[in-house]
Amino acid sequence: MLDPLARLGRRVLEALERLGRGHLLLLAILLGLGEVLRRPRLLWEQMFNIGVLSLLIVGVSGLFVGMVLALQGYYVLSQFGAAESLGVMVTASLVRELGPVVTALLVAGRAGSALTAEIGLMKATEQLSGLEMMAVDPVRRILVPRFLGGVLSMPLLAAIFSAVGVLGGYFVGVGLLGVDEGAYWSQMQAKIDFDEDLVNGMLKSLAFGVVVTWIALFQGYDTVPTSEGVSRSTTRSVVQAALVVLGLDFVLTALMFGD
Amino acid sequence: MSSDAVDARPEVLVEIRGLCFRRGERVIFEDLDLDIRRGTVTAVMGPSGTGKTTLLKLITGQLHPDAGTIRVAGQEVTRLNTAALFRLRQRMGMLFQSGALLTDLSVFDNVAYPLREHTNLSASMVRKLVLLKLEAVGLRGARDLMPAELSGGMARRVALARAIALDPMMILYDEPFTGQDPISMGMLMALIRQLNDASGLTSILVSHDVRETASIADYLYVIFEGRVVARGTPDALAADQSAWVRQFMDGLPDGPVHFHYPAPALAEDLLTRRAR
Repeated sequence: MLDPLARLGRRVLEALERLGRGHLLLLAILLGLGEVLRRPRLLWEQMFNIGVLSLLIVGVSGLFVGMVLALQGYYVLSQFGAAESLGVMVTASLVRELGPVVTALLVAGRAGSALTAEIGLMKATEQLSGLEMMAVDPVRRILVPRFLGGVLSMPLLAAIFSAVGVLGGYFVGVGLLGVDEGAYWSQMQAKIDFDEDLVNGMLKSLAFGVVVTWIALFQGYDTVPTSEGVSRSTTRSVVQAALVVLGLDFVLTALMFGD
Repeated sequence: MSSDAVDARPEVLVEIRGLCFRRGERVIFEDLDLDIRRGTVTAVMGPSGTGKTTLLKLITGQLHPDAGTIRVAGQEVTRLNTAALFRLRQRMGMLFQSGALLTDLSVFDNVAYPLREHTNLSASMVRKLVLLKLEAVGLRGARDLMPAELSGGMARRVALARAIALDPMMILYDEPFTGQDPISMGMLMALIRQLNDASGLTSILVSHDVRETASIADYLYVIFEGRVVARGTPDALAADQSAWVRQFMDGLPDGPVHFHYPAPALAEDLLTRRAR
């Protein structure tokens, strides 16, 4: 009778402990951010690994998402005779919502999993202990540049995603469906607000950058140093990041756009 | 023991007193005493799972004991803050079982890593030092290889070159002979002894390879179930007649350490109706 209850309690305690360790790690990372000023090369390397190497998947996804948005949007808008507003609809959806969220999900899948596996394997092969024994703090040397690289890359990738998406929408809407070219761009220019739409979208994606990279690094750093442990951490990294991004997106949207 | 007493014995580099360490319910060390004398190769032996690696991690401050004192060069490791601990670690080298080389750096850069990290030496000076250290382990020609291209024995020798890069006072070896072929085993044994004597180092070696270890060590500790069960020079232990020491030194399958993991009687176990 009491056994399941005890098990549940143990699970909850373990989860709370993990949450605590995660926050302590984030604190240690934030305290060590100055490290990249001393060694900027480490940051460039990670922005290349996380940002540049994600460009292809982010660009291609953005293009198709924009194209699909134009197709679907045209279908609805033309029923109300508002097909000229297609540009606004495509751009608003991308900049406010789909750009930050889909980019975060893609980065979690491509770069986050790689980060977790890399850190986890470094732990399993004693490389992190080796650094500690050489009197080098692995949090500052390994985690900090990756964290900052992920956080800074995310808004840039989201911006590229949205920009490519707008072009995709243009190709389909103007090129294929015959929406007026002038209307597509000028309505977009008139209706999309810099602060309301672009800045809020960027802020969202910055927040997603923090959580996705943090989760990926923590899962790697906290892994059970066996092959099974690393594989489980990698899965957990992607699943948790996706769920947290979607949940956080709701909260941020409510705060930013729900008046 | 008071600090005066330690200073009165400068020949002891590492002094462990009353060390207790637990992992959850499991007791790893219980009231362990151990001395490492300067300039010697001291081996800590014992069956797998007796916490030999844990002992190294306690000495280097990577783990904290539940009770007891660990003094290295007169400093109480358990009470040092991170900065002081890192300063102390710059004077220790550790050779991990896996080598623990950074996989994204070449052999040269791995050995140069601690030099670039902790000194302001010029690039040409770093190069000279790295080549000298690699020469000492016989791998100057392998400087451009990546860790993945090295054999296990070579990786360990590169790691050894890295461990001595900053000319430490002490090197800790974690199972240096495990999984080595006879040739690289011989190379490692010779290297450990030579480095110790030529550079005036102190070496702590954790191993369960009895013959190899006994042949290069000056002093042996045998630990079992959290305590030191035997200590002495290799010759003294070879002559020791206690059942435990004989079983361990001669590799006998049964004795004080049983062949069987604790279990209910076989007949009883077979007659029980259970899935496992």
